[in-house]
Amino acid sequence: MKSRTILFLVILLTVAAAAFVLPQWLGNKVLPWRLGLDLIGGSHLIYEVDMSGVSASDKDSVLAGLRDVMERRVNVFGISEPQVLTAKSGDSYRILIELAGIKNAQEAIAHIGKTAQLEFREVEKIDEAEQKIIWKSSGLTGKYLKRAQVTFDSQIAQPEISIEFNSDGAKLFEEITGRNIEKPLAIFLDNELISSPIVRQKIIGGNAVISGQFSGDEAKALASLLNAGALPAPVNLVSQQVIGASLGENSLNSTMIAGLAGTIAVMLFMAFYYRKFGIFSVLALVIYVILTLAVFKGVTMTMTLAGIAGFVLSIGMAIDANVLIFERTKEEIKKGISKLTAIEEGFKRAWPSIRDSNITTIISSVILYYFTSGFVRGFALSLLIGVIVSMFSAITVTRALLKTFVKN
Amino acid sequence: MIISGTLVAASVASISIFGFKQGIDFVGGALWQIKVSATKEDLQSALPGAIITSQPATGSFILRTSELKENEHQELLAAFKEKFGEVEELRFETIGPSIGNELREKSVRAFIYVLLSISLYIAFVFRKVSRPVSSWKYGLITLITLFHDALIPLGTFSVLGYLLNVEIDAIFVVAILVVLGFSVHDTIVVFDRIREKLKLQKSGNYDFDALVNQGVNETIVRSINTSLTLVLVLVAMFFLGAASLQYFILTILIGVMVGTYSSIFVASPLLTLWRRL
Repeated sequence: MKSRTILFLVILLTVAAAAFVLPQWLGNKVLPWRLGLDLIGGSHLIYEVDMSGVSASDKDSVLAGLRDVMERRVNVFGISEPQVLTAKSGDSYRILIELAGIKNAQEAIAHIGKTAQLEFREVEKIDEAEQKIIWKSSGLTGKYLKRAQVTFDSQIAQPEISIEFNSDGAKLFEEITGRNIEKPLAIFLDNELISSPIVRQKIIGGNAVISGQFSGDEAKALASLLNAGALPAPVNLVSQQVIGASLGENSLNSTMIAGLAGTIAVMLFMAFYYRKFGIFSVLALVIYVILTLAVFKGVTMTMTLAGIAGFVLSIGMAIDANVLIFERTKEEIKKGISKLTAIEEGFKRAWPSIRDSNITTIISSVILYYFTSGFVRGFALSLLIGVIVSMFSAITVTRALLKTFVKN
Repeated sequence: MIISGTLVAASVASISIFGFKQGIDFVGGALWQIKVSATKEDLQSALPGAIITSQPATGSFILRTSELKENEHQELLAAFKEKFGEVEELRFETIGPSIGNELREKSVRAFIYVLLSISLYIAFVFRKVSRPVSSWKYGLITLITLFHDALIPLGTFSVLGYLLNVEIDAIFVVAILVVLGFSVHDTIVVFDRIREKLKLQKSGNYDFDALVNQGVNETIVRSINTSLTLVLVLVAMFFLGAASLQYFILTILIGVMVGTYSSIFVASPLLTLWRRL
């Protein structure tokens, strides 16, 4: 491709990227920026699940169930995009929760960490007017349930959930099913209905099967919820970070001002030291900033304070390739060859250093990414994306600019 | 070399005597930032066990204590409200010791992996250069130089920890890793120039020391300029950026300056020294 064509495409891409990035333009409509908890305020909670009372084979199911239970509880608070994740680290099972912009974190914390309450309820009466069933407690709760698991009925080719009660539970269950034949028996978790199978017959012995039109995933989710309510797996809050909204806003503003000031300083330096060449690198840097921000947004990266810091640092690094190229070009010009050939040589000879430098940065950011979590991780990711985009901007873009505008 | 030796010795001495003040994310504990109309002394008498620093930028205080359970946190908040009136919570973090240990272990491992993989990468890209110094030695020299570059900021923070209660935490480790990734850049530029010069030597009769020296002299301006652009950004971030990142930026700033200096005054002399051995 001719350098003019490349330049034209780059400019087109940059304008599109700018429209995508700027909130005032298309930015907010297409995909709003996602800001981290450290910038908008919020809570980051880590719960450790005490699995000592759970057999090894049930641990994963219990963890998944607890996650669902906690997510349901979080949703009660009406927070936008809450994150509830599970993490296994060595022998410990954890649930990580991120709540953005919540005011009374204490209330949420108190509510989220409670032990799940599983209860079987029977029909008290049917409200004809509102067409809903009024439930009453049956006395059978999670503590009588031993475990639940997904089994497969080969006759009708459907997954179902087998539940097993302890001996006291079996007796209670026998009485309850006996008086509720052909009626629904509801399963409530934290006072919320999760399933209401119809009792077909009186069940003796404490082993029951819930069947229905479940998909494999639905059956698994239901079994997990039952296990979360049945098995003794209390959760402990082992870490919490709560950041007030005002602190976050302060940090965001000052970091953006600092980033801008630093970038302008770098631009001035380049323009004064390398004159005409420098001005081209300044243009390339502007393109770099816009394109990188567009990539951040495109991969829906959550911007954290550390992430923005990483990006600002990458601005200082992105220009380095230009410094190396220009220094080399100057050397070549001194040898007495034509300007354009010198530029070409400058790019060619500076390349190995640029490549090696960027690869070492990529190595450290990848290792960082895998060894960190939470707020810090954003830093590694933004540095990584920044370095990759900078290879494009400092080389392709600057070269196209120089080749288009520099005459011998 | 002498300056480096002194700084390295000072850093090692400081680390072994003072050690580090480790942040709550490494040892567990709580960090509580509040805005309250009280003096530091008032707070200290209300909570004798805490380390309290005032944050003039936001008009708040940071209190560091051992791990606080949520109910303890609430009790404390209630007690403070009773004593000092309105209390605005800007930040509350508490981390259990088990998570702290894990993070610390991970940090140390990440540090070692970065050191090794960068050195191996250098040994790999210089694999075609075997005379007069073989490529694995370039890798090893990089390793030594990187270690040097990390040691000096570590030493600085050990002193800062002793004097100003500055803590090292997960984000500090990140800064050190960034320093490692960046400070190798200048070393690469010098080594690359030496490699290029070696290729141009047709006869076996050349002065390796002079060649290294030439390589350093020819690249010194760009080494300084590449670091300068980063230093400009870092200085802006240090003075204008968020207070919570100030030490993070400072670590990188020290590391970048040490890294530039070390590529000229540590890595290259080591290369010539090694050949003589």
